[in-house]
Amino acid sequence: MMNRETGPVETDAGLQSEKIETRNLSVYYDNTPAVTDVSVQIPDRAVTALIGASGCGKTSFLRCINRMNDTVPDARVSGEIIIDGTDINAPDVNPVTLRSRVGMVFQKPNPFPKTIYMNVAYGPKIHGLAATPAEMDAIVENALQRAGLWSEVKDRLDQPGPSLSGGQQQRLCIARAIAVSPEIILMDEPCSALDPIATARIEELMDELRQRYCIVLVTHSMQQAARVSQKTAFFNLGKLVEIGDTETIFTNPLEQMTQDYITGRFG
Amino acid sequence: MSKQYNKPAMAGIDDSPFTGANALKRLKRRQAAERRFQAYSATAIGLAVLALIVLFSSIISQAQSAFSKHYLRIDLPLERRIIAPDATLDPVRIESNISGFNKLVKDRLILLFPDAASATPKTRALFAMLPRLGVLPVARKTAANLDMLGTRQTFDIVVSDDADLFLKQKIGRHQRLELSGATSLQHRSGPNYTLTGIGRGQLATSYPATPRVAGQPARDILVRSGQNWFTLVAASETGLDLKTLTIGASAEDLRLAEPLEALILETVETDRNISNYQIALLTNLQDQGRIIRKFNFDLLSRSDSTYPELAGAAAAIAGSILTMLVTAIFAIPIGILAAIYLEEFARKNWLTGIIQVNINNLAAVPSIIFGLLGAAIFLNIFNMPRSIPLVGGLVLGLLILPTIIMASQAALQAVPQSVRNAALGIGATRAQTVFHHTLPLAAPGIITGAIIGMARALGETAPLLLIGMVAFVNEVPTSPDQEATVLPVLIFKWFSGAERAWEPMTSALVLVLVGFLIIINLIAVAVRLKFDRRWSP
Repeated sequence: MMNRETGPVETDAGLQSEKIETRNLSVYYDNTPAVTDVSVQIPDRAVTALIGASGCGKTSFLRCINRMNDTVPDARVSGEIIIDGTDINAPDVNPVTLRSRVGMVFQKPNPFPKTIYMNVAYGPKIHGLAATPAEMDAIVENALQRAGLWSEVKDRLDQPGPSLSGGQQQRLCIARAIAVSPEIILMDEPCSALDPIATARIEELMDELRQRYCIVLVTHSMQQAARVSQKTAFFNLGKLVEIGDTETIFTNPLEQMTQDYITGRFG
Repeated sequence: MSKQYNKPAMAGIDDSPFTGANALKRLKRRQAAERRFQAYSATAIGLAVLALIVLFSSIISQAQSAFSKHYLRIDLPLERRIIAPDATLDPVRIESNISGFNKLVKDRLILLFPDAASATPKTRALFAMLPRLGVLPVARKTAANLDMLGTRQTFDIVVSDDADLFLKQKIGRHQRLELSGATSLQHRSGPNYTLTGIGRGQLATSYPATPRVAGQPARDILVRSGQNWFTLVAASETGLDLKTLTIGASAEDLRLAEPLEALILETVETDRNISNYQIALLTNLQDQGRIIRKFNFDLLSRSDSTYPELAGAAAAIAGSILTMLVTAIFAIPIGILAAIYLEEFARKNWLTGIIQVNINNLAAVPSIIFGLLGAAIFLNIFNMPRSIPLVGGLVLGLLILPTIIMASQAALQAVPQSVRNAALGIGATRAQTVFHHTLPLAAPGIITGAIIGMARALGETAPLLLIGMVAFVNEVPTSPDQEATVLPVLIFKWFSGAERAWEPMTSALVLVLVGFLIIINLIAVAVRLKFDRRWSP
C-alpha cells in the first residue's frame, strides 16, 4: 500500500538499468511474516542502501537475493526475485551458482580460520576459476587490490585471516566476495563492528566498487546511507515504505514516516 | 547521591545503596559466600585427588609383587633318550614332550634332594613347587636349538605361585634367627633330636609379645643345622626338642653344622599352602643361590593360564586391540556421519526429533543391555561365533555410538554460524561447507568425544560377558574372527581366581589397562593439538 513505483531513475548520473527486481516478495519465519509484499527495483552499478529500524525486514530481504534464507530451517519465501530477467527461485536455478554471482559481506567480519591467501582463493577454487597456481595468484592479488588490502597483507599472505584487525578482516571478506567475480554484492551492516577509521576505509571501497558492481547495503547509520548510496529504500515492519534517490529521501521524502525516521523522531 | 535508583528503600540509618551500613553488611555476606564456595570447590578437588592417590597407591603396592617372579636356576642334562625318544628329532614333537622335560627336571631335583625320594609325599611336595607347564620355555628353546641335545644347559624355571608368594613374604611370613651357643645335637629316638645349649629365651626374644612361643609353639618354628631341618616340638630353658623334617645327603651328617638358625613362621602349617617341608627345601635352594628373582615379562608375553605363575595378558591385550579396532572402524565413522547429517542437513521435524531423543536416551542405557542386544542379533540372528573380537567390537560400537554422535553434534553446534554463512555466501555447497570448514573446526571436539567413547569401550566388561568373551583363551588372536578375551574381562576372571597369587596379578593387569587408557588419551591430546585452530568468534 505504501509501496511506490519510482520507475527508472533518470536524474542521478551513473545510475543504469535495473539489476534486481522483486515482485510481491514476502518472507515468513515459521509463519511469522518478516517481509511483506515488497516490490522494488535495484539499479546496477550503484549502491542501494536499505534503512529502517531493527527487525524491519531489511536483512531478511537482503538474504533473499542470494537465497541464503534457504539455509534457515523455517523460512518460507513467496513472490519473485528477478536478476537480469531470471527468477532466481525458479527450480532450474542452482543456489550455489547464484551465490557465486551474488556475493555477500556479513555484519561481523567472518574470515575463514585459514591463511589470508586461502580466504580469498577458496571461492575461485571451489568454482574452478583458476586453471593454474599462477592464475590463482593473479586472482587473489587482484581481489585483494580491489579490496584495498593488498599493500597491507602482500608480505604475509600465509598468516591466518583472523589475525588481521577488524577493519582488515572485513576488507578481506570483501576481497573474498569479489574474488569469484560476482555481479552483485550484498552488504549486511558491514561497518557496524568497526571503528570510524575502518568504516571510512570501507565506505571509500564501496564507492570504488560501485563502478563495477551492483551493491545492496543494509545499514543503521543514516550518515553512511547518505554518504555512500545513490538510492535508499526505507523499510518499516516488513514493508517497503519508500525507495528513491538518496538525495530525495534525505531531503524531501514522500512519506512522513520516512521523514520522522531520518530525523530521529522514531526508530 | 540523592537518588535511590528506584531501588526499594532499605531499613537502617545510613541507607545509601553502596556505602551504607546495610550495604557493607551485604557486601561482607557476598564476599563470605564467595569464599565459602571457593573453599567447597577446593575441598571437592582435594577429595577427588586424594581418592585417586589412594586408589593408585593401593593398586601399585598390590601390583608391585606381580612385576617380578622367582625362578629356579637349574642345570639340566638334555638327554636325548628322554626328550626325543623316537630319534626323529622333530622339533614339534620335542616341544610338545612336556613329560620328558618334566622328567629331566624331577631327576635333577632328586639328585639335589635325595631325601625327597625316600617317601612319596615328600617327592610330591618337592615336585609341587614347580608347575608342570613351567618347562614349556625349556622345551621351546631346545626344539629351536636341536644342537643343545645331549649337552648340559642352565635354565630358569618358574616356581609355583605358593613358593613365589612365600619367597615374597606374601604367605607364610617368616623371619630368620641365627642361633648361637649350641653345644650338641643329640639323637634321642626315631626322628627325635635334642639341641642343647640353646634355651627358649633365645627364641622368645624375637617375639617378646608372644610368650607362648617358648612353651608350646602356636607358630611353626623350624630349626636348621646346615642342610638338615627340624621342626621345633618343645623348648626348655636349656634345650630344644626337635623332630627331623629333612636331612641332607646322608644320615651321618646329622650333627651340629653351620649355619645354625631358626626360621620362625607366623602361621602354622595347616593355615598355609606351603608345607614346612617345602619351606625347608626352598630355603636350601635359596641358600645355594638357585632361586633368582626376575622381571615378570610373562605378564605381557604369555597367554592366560589356570596357573597364576604361568599366566599372562598377551591374548587379552591382543584381543582388546582387535576389539577396539573393530569398534573404532564401526562406530567412529557412523557416529560422526550421523551427527553431521542430523546437525547440518536434516530438516528439523518430528521424525528427527524422535531420533534425537532416542540417541540421547540410548547413551544412558546400561551396557549389559547392549550385550543382550549383541547376543540376540549377532549371535542368534546372524549366527556369528561367540567370543570373537568382531562381535565384541560391534557390540561396543553400538554402545558408544550415542556418545560419539552426541559429542560430535555438540562440537558441530559450537562452530559459529558465521563460518557456515561465509562459505555458503561465496557459493560453497552444503557438503563443501561441512567438509571444508565446519568439520575441521569441530574436529577437536569430535575427536575428544570419540576418544571418550573408545576409552569407555576399552573398560567395558558386562556386555562382553554376554557374548562369551569370557572364554579361556590360550592363543594370542591375530584376526578379529578368532576367539579372544579382553583386558577388563581378564581382570574380572583373575580377580575371581581362588589362588592368592591372582591378587597381585589382577592389580598388575589393572595397571596395564590404565596404561592403555593413558596411551589413548595421549593420542587424543596429540590429535587435538594438531587440529586445533583459531577462529574469530
